[in-house]
Amino acid sequence: MKKTLSASTKSNLITYAMLAVIFAVVQLLSVTGNLSSLVSGLLVPICMYIILAVSLNLTVGILGDLSLGHAGFMCVGAYSSAIFSMLTKDVISADLLRYVLALLVGGAFAAIFGILIGIPVLRLKGDYLAIVTLAFGEIIKVIVNNMYIAKDIHGVHFAMLTSISDMGLDEGSKEVILNGPQGISGTPQTKSFVIAFVLVVITVAVILNLINSRTGRAIMSIRDNRIAAESVGINVTKYKLMAFSVSAFFAGVAGVIYSHNTYALQATTKNFGYDMSILILVLVVLGGIGSIKGSILSSIILISLPEILRDFQKYRMLIYAILLIVMMIVNNNPVTKAFFKKIFGSLKRLLPKKKAAEKSSEVTQ
Amino acid sequence: MTILETKNLGISFGGLRAVDDFNIEIQKGELYGLIGPNGAGKTTVFNLLTGVYQPTCGTAYLEGKKITGKKPAEINKAGIARTFQNIRLFSNLTVLDNVKIGLHNHYKYTTASGILRLPFYFKTEKKMNQRAMEMLKVFGLEEESGYLASNLPYGKQRKLEIARALATEPKLLLLDEPAAGMNPNETAELMKTIRFVRDHFDMTILLIEHDMKLVSGICEKLTVLNFGTELAKGPTEQVLKNPDVITAYLGE
Ligand SMILES: Nc1ncnc2c1ncn2[C@@H]1O[C@H](COP(=O)(O)OP(=O)(O)OP(=O)(O)O)[C@@H](O)[C@H]1O
Ligand SMILES: [Mg+2]
Repeated sequence: MKKTLSASTKSNLITYAMLAVIFAVVQLLSVTGNLSSLVSGLLVPICMYIILAVSLNLTVGILGDLSLGHAGFMCVGAYSSAIFSMLTKDVISADLLRYVLALLVGGAFAAIFGILIGIPVLRLKGDYLAIVTLAFGEIIKVIVNNMYIAKDIHGVHFAMLTSISDMGLDEGSKEVILNGPQGISGTPQTKSFVIAFVLVVITVAVILNLINSRTGRAIMSIRDNRIAAESVGINVTKYKLMAFSVSAFFAGVAGVIYSHNTYALQATTKNFGYDMSILILVLVVLGGIGSIKGSILSSIILISLPEILRDFQKYRMLIYAILLIVMMIVNNNPVTKAFFKKIFGSLKRLLPKKKAAEKSSEVTQ
Repeated sequence: MTILETKNLGISFGGLRAVDDFNIEIQKGELYGLIGPNGAGKTTVFNLLTGVYQPTCGTAYLEGKKITGKKPAEINKAGIARTFQNIRLFSNLTVLDNVKIGLHNHYKYTTASGILRLPFYFKTEKKMNQRAMEMLKVFGLEEESGYLASNLPYGKQRKLEIARALATEPKLLLLDEPAAGMNPNETAELMKTIRFVRDHFDMTILLIEHDMKLVSGICEKLTVLNFGTELAKGPTEQVLKNPDVITAYLGE
């Protein structure tokens, strides 16, 4: 019916073109030997951050719920997949096959946690949801720091709140897999940029296709007006859970990339705690809430910039600040504004004086 | 055939009896008006019928089946669609997408076929686009299909809300002050559209309105609410002549 491409199709094509250009530039630089070891070490982490930001954008920008537990899902993906790879490294000899399976294991575990957390938590709104998801991330970190897994001739042993030496393992054949706060060391590594980039493309494609489908419209209708969405027959719980678990799945995938790019894996505040969750949220907000393109760009710029600007120590913070401001201004979009209104609106609710006024404005007219 | 019937429907907020002992019977194809002064409980009746509020007493039946106790989304699937007094559009989505969300439960494909872009996805999306454009044409909104809903002028936003509600293929359409904020020309045009919707879609309509010209112009029957209770009901002309109704509207 319509001969011209719709606005969303055009925007998606630009996103894919952007990814193609980024890939070409990186390949060109690396072939011509112009990639410093510093930058080449950043390539896989940047891919990981893109996946984290794009997937969090599904929850924050498309569903419109503020989640601060993204690093928690990443942690679930990282640990479950690292344990999987440790257990199967002698069984599955094909590295790529094992890695693909690890990705599925990490993603699936994170998605399951997404559903388990989502069922009770998604009833909450705004700030409450943020607090509970933040707590979830911290709890996951504490749990993995107290988990012990080892293998010996009798099989695989699992224990909580103990130590490897107290697990009564057969000394001769003992092989430690997860050693509490010392974490997992010796996970088979997959540091390929090409593989990480393929994962970025898959994530972006899945999320863009989801957004531009019946399911995505239902999710966005909940964001824009929950009561109206219900009034046209949208099952709010179902679509919230779907968005939340898909988002968690890809956070899990990012976790797999992380654990297979880190020889000694440990859960700290910096990598799986609130520092990380906030950083991912910053990437989403600065790239533009609801904008997948923006999430990709802000991840690339904000993760690589501090490293690249090391040579310009003096001006580093200045350039950084200017860029932040420019990104904020460029992304002055309605979804971002509505998002902040929602968040700050719900913060206001905490003030006792405004309670009555807020309540009456919530009456369905 | 009776489309909607309520028996002693009522709700209290704290001490306030917002709606009390509400009984109504609407036949298929009727254009029924619900009127009354500000705060009479009209919108609350809509909220009770659509499951936004659970009644403290009484029951509502749609085509003889009980709908009280169901959730809003289930009630929509059962066949009631509505508009809101303070327009509730999906404001960051396009006009076309707003209507397509109304089509959600009638044109289906799985999430997986959406993500994988299987042929069925394209086929269904195409059908949805066609159907949504048809709906927009009825309301003269086809030119604006690509606009963001929030960028439409007020009058057109009201129309889009009706189009979205109709897209859910309801048996009963509830309109909450559809002419609010419209000028006389727009109101006259809206009256034509509402009549057209009733005839063209064979729709049953219950509407709340303050504009007496619209009410007397298109409603065949009326119920008048005052302080949550029924003041009068019956054929429009008869009700509007009722001295109690005149007093309630003009004051003592
Ligand atoms: N959720 C609620 N909590 C408390 N009181 C409510 C609630 N909803 C409605 N009310 C009260 O119920 C009464 C009826 O309100 P309602 O909105 O149904 O009136 P209305 O007839 O639609 O009026 P208007 O013509 O102004 O739209 C009012 O006194 C209102 O304050
Ligand atoms: Mg009202």
